[in-house]
Amino acid sequence: MKYIGQFIIILAISLIGEILNAIIPLPIPASIYGMAILFTALCTGVIKLGQVKEAGKFLISIMPLMFIAPAVGLIDSWDIMKEFIVAIAAVVVLSTIAVVAVTGHATQLIMKLKGKEEKR
Amino acid sequence: MKEIFSNSLFFGLTLSIGAFMLGTLVKKRWNFFLFNPLLISITITIATLLILDIEYSDYNEGAKYITYLLTPATVALAIPLYEQLMLLRRNLTAILLGIASGVICSAVSIFAMALMFGLDHTQYVTLLPKSITTAIGIGLSAELNGHVAITVAAIIFTGLVGNIAGGLMCRMLGISHPIAKGVAIGTASHVMGTSKAMEIGEIEGAMSSLSVAVAGCMTVGAAILFENWI
Repeated sequence: MKYIGQFIIILAISLIGEILNAIIPLPIPASIYGMAILFTALCTGVIKLGQVKEAGKFLISIMPLMFIAPAVGLIDSWDIMKEFIVAIAAVVVLSTIAVVAVTGHATQLIMKLKGKEEKR
Repeated sequence: MKEIFSNSLFFGLTLSIGAFMLGTLVKKRWNFFLFNPLLISITITIATLLILDIEYSDYNEGAKYITYLLTPATVALAIPLYEQLMLLRRNLTAILLGIASGVICSAVSIFAMALMFGLDHTQYVTLLPKSITTAIGIGLSAELNGHVAITVAAIIFTGLVGNIAGGLMCRMLGISHPIAKGVAIGTASHVMGTSKAMEIGEIEGAMSSLSVAVAGCMTVGAAILFENWI
């Protein structure tokens, strides 16, 4: 029963997220509204960590499974994709490496400058 | 036989989850970075559909049920984030500026490569949302008049790169601080990278979750600034 209660809280927040997504005319998905709502509710104590923790961690642990079907869907868009597949592959790989490098080093540098770097 | 598989709701789910379990076993047995459970399961699933000549839509009729859990799972990412609240507060400036620099780097690098490959306006705006979470990316691509299906493909490829090589890239590029690693992986490769960051560590996972949300919103702004460059 404990887990069912936890699931219901997370599902209800997802539902509120979808309602917000439907009313607010911005390209922000339900899941991001939901994440913000749950985070705020935890910070303000409206929801206690123990009321969502196990169900939440379970959902997070099986997350990779949720990407399989959308990725397999690539076989249906192959025809339009093959026109510029080399460009897509290059942009994806190179720009991802560039973003990791710039983001990681910028974050590290600013933490160091602020003199608040912690060792693990 | 083919009809039974095409009509059964359990075929898609069994195939996806079974392939994923096989991928996990392979990864346990041989610890080589390309033996990524997600990559292996996608490959096995595509191969099975092609060999048995089963339509994607028939497969997805069953497999979509697990995809529905993506919204509540993303909502749940607030939990590890909350658990790292102290760390988040103390390093907020560094984290936000780090994400902003990554969002700008993403737009600039896509612009530069679009010039190099001679892409047209539609192809360029199609690729602009590639580092952000699918749900925001779809909306943004449609807003910019891109090819939404290809945006989804580019987002998934990017996520796969992050999921397969997120830790490896950080190591090779000299990014060692757990906060910086999480922010880098989340900003570059959204929720798919985040599920890898969760495996690397709690701090990495939490920072990556935050970065997905923040980078997604910042990219909407950046894309509007960058869309008319080509």
